Amino acid sequence: MLEVRNLSKSFGGLKAVSDASLDVPEGGIVGLLGPNGAGKTTCFTMIAGFTKPDHGSVRFNGQDVTGLPPHRICAMGMIRTFQIVQPFAGLTVQENIAVGAYLHHHDRAEAMAVARQVGKRLGMGAMLDRPASSLTIAGRKRLELARALATGAKLLLLDEVMAGLIPSEVSEIVGIIRQIRDEGHTFLMIEHVMQAVMSLAETAYVLNHGKMIAHGTPRELVQDPGVVEAYLGHGAAARLQEGHHA
Amino acid sequence: MKPQSMGQAVLIGLALIYLASLYFMSSPVWMGFTINALIVAVVALAWNITGGFGGMASFGHAAMYGTGAYASAILQVQYGINAWIAFAAGIVAGAAMGAFIGALAFRYGLKGSYFALVTLAFAEVLRICASSFAITGGGSGLQLRLEPGLSTLQFNERAVVYTILLVIVALVMALTAWLKYSRFGAYLIAVRENEDAARALGIDTYRIKVKAMAISGAFAGLAGVLYLQVWLFIDSAVVYGSAVSIEALIGPIIGGAGTVWGPLIGTLGLHLLGEGAKHLLHNAPGLNFVLYAVVLICALRFLPQGLMGLAARIGTFRKKDDDNA
Repeated sequence: MLEVRNLSKSFGGLKAVSDASLDVPEGGIVGLLGPNGAGKTTCFTMIAGFTKPDHGSVRFNGQDVTGLPPHRICAMGMIRTFQIVQPFAGLTVQENIAVGAYLHHHDRAEAMAVARQVGKRLGMGAMLDRPASSLTIAGRKRLELARALATGAKLLLLDEVMAGLIPSEVSEIVGIIRQIRDEGHTFLMIEHVMQAVMSLAETAYVLNHGKMIAHGTPRELVQDPGVVEAYLGHGAAARLQEGHHA
Repeated sequence: MKPQSMGQAVLIGLALIYLASLYFMSSPVWMGFTINALIVAVVALAWNITGGFGGMASFGHAAMYGTGAYASAILQVQYGINAWIAFAAGIVAGAAMGAFIGALAFRYGLKGSYFALVTLAFAEVLRICASSFAITGGGSGLQLRLEPGLSTLQFNERAVVYTILLVIVALVMALTAWLKYSRFGAYLIAVRENEDAARALGIDTYRIKVKAMAISGAFAGLAGVLYLQVWLFIDSAVVYGSAVSIEALIGPIIGGAGTVWGPLIGTLGLHLLGEGAKHLLHNAPGLNFVLYAVVLICALRFLPQGLMGLAARIGTFRKKDDDNA
């Protein structure tokens, strides 16, 4: 569904992302992992059209979308969420979701009906009339997801939707994401919460210093020496091995 | 347009009572004063579209106001064109000027105070141009020939002028309410609150912002034309002066930016206050602006959501809790 090939981006002398490639199959949940500053979010901004890549291409459903503006990409069915969630203050939860729904439903009554339905699907039925600014972090993360779903997008790029949540909230969102996937959506997610990655993602890519260093199932990745070193530092894999044998 | 609380209902009620009472007071002074305030309320409503809903605070709504007034005056005075056609042309010219300024400013991603400064610069450049060219009457301005009648859109009766203005203000407010609850309004608020999130949700933010400037420009142009038709005379300082721009933004900020009633209530309140102070202090020139400044500072410090925001907190109507699934 999504094919990213040799994506590169430099900011001044800093190579934020170089030669990154990844594939997301339709109906899949793919993780994008990596330590802080590895270039994960930069990858997302390029895929979703917020920044133009220096090199490389992004194909969505077989169409080349490299360098298209975000609103065009969203209209084609691919949407990103933000790490720092910011609901539209001054609007209710339902109106917030409706902003997403307006993309394909121009009439207010229709958009609000879609918003209500999406909100209920994500367990936000009781909050629909509340001002969005009154939501807790967990509520805001759900709202971010609801707004994205309301656009009718089929591929969702989630940027750390689990960050800042307590474990019980994480398992709720994990359940919601699985349910949405079963309804026919596809996910590419940046995630640090390993509990979520291990239980959701079928495959994952690991980015470090802007380069893809590994690709495989989450279980393979946690045993990959290169991945361990990316997180814990040079030589860490060897020392861990010694620890196991001792 | 429905009030959300007792406080707002009282505030709106007071404004309506004042406006209605003028029909019974038969005081030409008060009516003339309120006619002025209503024209300003139309520019304030114009500013409210971009500044209130869109979060793009312009400091130069005089650019669109003056362009509307001059377009209509030039057509009538220099080319002898019918007042009704000139009226429509003024609105179109205001919209075009708004779209032009918006297209330029947003093309380069200007926001916040940079956007405010650019709009101010446009208004000032236009003011200087209008005072230098022959077609705009140069420094002496343009005067419409006094010919009261329906075809010239000039009316001798104060009460008739007043009624027409009331209807126009009501229409602009109804349009504002309709916009607020439309797809465009939701998109505009989304752009104000978080432009990146809006773009991610499929909103072409550039187009929305330029469209908002065009609509706002049309309202401002309308206000300019109204000024011309009421007073029959314009010059560059009157319609392109920064006083217009200041009055355009101060009413909505005090009344409540991004609300339907705020601009009218803020403008009426301010003008009543300014007029009262003038009488008390024997017409000291410019005193109303000193007063406006003090009120503006207090409003920004203590009433970030304006009078409507303050009133909203008084006696909130309970909303029925339908559907708690």
